[in-house]
Amino acid sequence: MGRYITRRLLLTIPVLIGSSFLIFAMVYALPGDPIRALAGDRPLAPGVVAQLRDEFNLDDNLFVQYFKYIGGFFQGDFGTDFSGRPVLDTIERALPVTVRLTIVAVVIETIMGIAAGVLAALKRGSFFDNLVLISTTLLVSVPVFVLGFIAQFTLGLKLGLFPISGINDGWSSYLLPGLVLASLSMAYVARLTRTSVAESMAADYIRTAKSKGISNRRIIFRHALRNSLIPVVTFIGADVGGLLGGAIVTETVFNLPGLGRAIYDGLARQEGAVVVGIVTLFVFFYIFFNLVVDVLYAVLDPRIRYE
Amino acid sequence: MRIKRAAVVTTAVLMSASLLAACGGGGSSSGGSADGIYSIYIGEPENPLVPGNTTESEGSQVLEALFTPLVTFNDEDNSVEYNGVAESVESEDNTTWTIKLKDGWTFHDGTPVTAESYTKAWSYNALSTNAFGASYFFENIEGYADLQGSDTAEPVATELSGLNVVDETTFTVKLTGPFAIFPLTLGYTAFDPLPEAFYADPDAYGARPIGNGPFKADSDFVPGQGFTVTKYDDYKGDNPAQSAGVNFKVYTELNTGYNDVQGGGLDVMLDLPEDAWATARDQFGDRYGERARPDITSLGFPTYDPRFQDPRVRKAFSMAIDRQAIATAIFTDTRTPAGSFASPVVDGYREDACGANCELNPDEANRLLDEAGFDRSQPVDLWFNAGAGHDSWMTAVGNQLRDNLGVNYALRGDLQFAQYLPLQDAKGMTGPFRSGWIMDYPSIYNFLSPLYSAAATPPAGSNYVFFNDPAFDAALAEGNNAADIDAATADYQKAEDILIDQMPATPLFYGLNQAVWSDRVSDVKIDNRGNIVLEDVVVS
Repeated sequence: MGRYITRRLLLTIPVLIGSSFLIFAMVYALPGDPIRALAGDRPLAPGVVAQLRDEFNLDDNLFVQYFKYIGGFFQGDFGTDFSGRPVLDTIERALPVTVRLTIVAVVIETIMGIAAGVLAALKRGSFFDNLVLISTTLLVSVPVFVLGFIAQFTLGLKLGLFPISGINDGWSSYLLPGLVLASLSMAYVARLTRTSVAESMAADYIRTAKSKGISNRRIIFRHALRNSLIPVVTFIGADVGGLLGGAIVTETVFNLPGLGRAIYDGLARQEGAVVVGIVTLFVFFYIFFNLVVDVLYAVLDPRIRYE
Repeated sequence: MRIKRAAVVTTAVLMSASLLAACGGGGSSSGGSADGIYSIYIGEPENPLVPGNTTESEGSQVLEALFTPLVTFNDEDNSVEYNGVAESVESEDNTTWTIKLKDGWTFHDGTPVTAESYTKAWSYNALSTNAFGASYFFENIEGYADLQGSDTAEPVATELSGLNVVDETTFTVKLTGPFAIFPLTLGYTAFDPLPEAFYADPDAYGARPIGNGPFKADSDFVPGQGFTVTKYDDYKGDNPAQSAGVNFKVYTELNTGYNDVQGGGLDVMLDLPEDAWATARDQFGDRYGERARPDITSLGFPTYDPRFQDPRVRKAFSMAIDRQAIATAIFTDTRTPAGSFASPVVDGYREDACGANCELNPDEANRLLDEAGFDRSQPVDLWFNAGAGHDSWMTAVGNQLRDNLGVNYALRGDLQFAQYLPLQDAKGMTGPFRSGWIMDYPSIYNFLSPLYSAAATPPAGSNYVFFNDPAFDAALAEGNNAADIDAATADYQKAEDILIDQMPATPLFYGLNQAVWSDRVSDVKIDNRGNIVLEDVVVS
């Protein structure tokens, strides 16, 4: 088990180097001149332009730029944005916000999604089942930024149930953004759980359990749900990466100073160091949570063993 | 078997927990609605908060709170007033200026504001290795060239030779040529003083600036979030703060801020989201204010393109556009039709300077176009940068050109700023293009010289139309040599007349600043440079 985890963690190193190069190359390939855009309608003094281009190695080719970047990276220097702020400071400041948002979103999507899915599966064709079907269809089809503004306007402004924006109200600041961020995945989780549980309930071993006179509650939680959760857990684990991507929109709408907003700003200004630093971090998270999911498999399904 | 499974669970949980613990630091800051403090919307400032490196509106609004400039401007007629740090700015020959400071001004750290607080700061701002955005503001001070490095060479000097400290509160500025309106330019933030503390640690200073203004910073500015500044009790100026402080809240999305101000989570907001332009006035009633924004939107003509070399063609295009119709239909009257190359808020503006040349007149336009022999069979390219909300009004302009002149158009609006600007610099515009300008100091000169003088041809300046007319440059030079500001302005107006005759660009719209505020605050005013007058706001 330990060896397995070590091997998986070691594998992340080449993946991170490869992905950071790809991201770097993509930012590099963005057309246009970031220093020129920095100045706007009024150009910077030529001496200042020369200084900035030199500072950010913008006159080097892609490979030289990347090696300068990754060289600093291994010495703990993540580079700076165009205004001279270290990227590491940005990450340090923004990471807790995004982590809290992600935790809230995962908790919401797990609890509400699985609960809705199980209930719908047990009462197929009922009013509740149809309600889940319709509401999940709605959630899947409305873009996150639209949903965000609707939720902010109705639940935040008109009803006053949640803070409208910012992070000044502790964990409750994260509830509404977390709900919006989780909405899409919650819909998937609910549907996945419903199908999966419904399938299990029709299986032979459940019929056997029933005929043995085991209580309904024990059948559902001990036998049906546990078997049905494997695809759901896979989905939620892989989805953490997706949530980080969704945070770009949610954090902007709800004005949360997290990593998503930092990426958005970095992209808008073509700041290679910012984008590469944060996206590489996202890649690491993605790999990490996939590993957690794989480990959890062993818990849910005794047939799976890692040696 | 059981034990092994438990171990697996523990490992998984520990892995997650350690990761979360690693990122769990940092508590949430408290809200900015303490007693007597009000909050205001800003976008993320582009750079650390140093006057010489802040040329955009968001950082400027913060610096307005922390600094008081050398000179101020009359709110009605934009004339120079000595309500700032300077007691007088005088010159015999318009070239060598003597700036006398008032006694007793102090920085927030208690150190005095002296002549050297200015001369050292200006040299630092100008030096190219410091890479400050406002460096070019000092280019007409003698010695500027020596402070400019290049790809191959380092700057040969670190101090502007044109600056001389006479005594504690007096210094002289020698310009490279006469410039009659020099005192007017000194109201810009780039000319603000810096205390000694800045040079000790510029990075720390950029996070928590020490200024000489009505408010002082007590904590570091947190990017993405903002900070709170509080009233400076030893402020020497005439307008001390009427509130205990200002909380600058950083937003990225106008709609979010607008929802916040409606919900009471934000007190003051300048610049509204598009959806609110038409409705804010009624919705906020007496908690709504507006004022002309010191800017102009024009349609520039590529004078280097053979099709647009004839002034008659450019005039015809100008007369084919119904500015009022677009202002009303597209901008719901939050833009006003432009009748001059200068903004209405500046010294020297004449309401109908452009006259018939900027009014809809399809018959005359067609006559001019025929006279010039313009080929109508070829469509006209209309250029603008992408993602900045220019699509709809440029389409309207195109439709009007098509309907009034019988010329088809093609929209060329898919380039981001980072591509659009270099193309503009390289004479790449194949047709009329969007051109925008926001004022630095309230003189008509600021709307003429940087945009149309030969000296401002890219890459040195913003003359993107590549207009080159010796008579125009001569009229500006005459103004720079004039005896006083009024005489200079008269000469600048002559230069504007040449523009109107040659029409290298056609003025389209002036912007409008709209502000809304919560019922916690009153006395919210917009100054003639488009900022909220922060010190005047009263918190109830």
